[in-house]
Amino acid sequence: MKAAVITFPGSNCDRDLAVAFASAGADVVRVWHKDTTLPAGIDVVGLPGGFSFGDYLRCGAIAARAPVAGAIRHFADRGGAVLGICNGFQVLIEIGLLPGALMRNAGLKFVCRPVPLRVETADSPFTAGWTRGARITLPVAHHDGNYVADAPLLSRLRGEDRIALSYGDNPNGSTGDIAAVLSANRRVLGMMPHPERAISGALGSADGTALFRAVSGALTTA
Amino acid sequence: MKARVHIMLRDGVLDPQGEAVRHALATLGFAGVEGVRQGKVIELDLAHDDRASAKADVTAMCEQLLANTVIESYRVEID
Repeated sequence: MKAAVITFPGSNCDRDLAVAFASAGADVVRVWHKDTTLPAGIDVVGLPGGFSFGDYLRCGAIAARAPVAGAIRHFADRGGAVLGICNGFQVLIEIGLLPGALMRNAGLKFVCRPVPLRVETADSPFTAGWTRGARITLPVAHHDGNYVADAPLLSRLRGEDRIALSYGDNPNGSTGDIAAVLSANRRVLGMMPHPERAISGALGSADGTALFRAVSGALTTA
Repeated sequence: MKARVHIMLRDGVLDPQGEAVRHALATLGFAGVEGVRQGKVIELDLAHDDRASAKADVTAMCEQLLANTVIESYRVEID
């Protein structure tokens, strides 16, 4: 599997994400936000956490208009797998690859701690390594993770089985306790928790490992 | 020519920051503040000399970047 990890000015989880992909057996290419194309043969694109462009205007808004954003949209439109974590999730929403919005946490505080999560679907290249209903723990670290979906969107996400993870103890006010959302074709995942910060017991949790192994297993061609 | 864009959260979208400001005002003793909504104002200096084309361009800017129309509404003023 070949993974591209995008770096924007202000990204700060890009190296961690590259390490997580590599530890699952991927060849990792680092891509700068000014690039207008992705390298050939990419199987999955990762958008890392951080504070791209200082969170100016809205979180992820400027990054979503960076030169590389067009290449990411094109890649996704052709069925490519895209993983956006934290700020990467915000960027995917701003690009328009995922629905809804991410607003300031309901409690107004930056939340930085491990949180209990429930796996809501195993039906995607990212979540196939878990079982539906499994309880896992991943860290969150965000100020704007309050996922907003109106009633029609919430019912569509539920009806189409597109909620990937939900919070056991909602840390930010998200509609329906939603922590991670899939695109209609199930190939784009946006999530506020950080699986790349949970790939070893030494980090407090290795529950994120299954995500990277699942992607690697799903996308590695013999 | 100057343009001013007012961006507010749409009605029905909970504004946690506005709520925090409302609580703080109550703490200061200002009674009777029943609601606070917090938005932002963006001022643009434009080279346009035609108000209609300025308004059309700024509206396009709002749709494409300045506002997230999923949760925000906007109003354009041309001076």
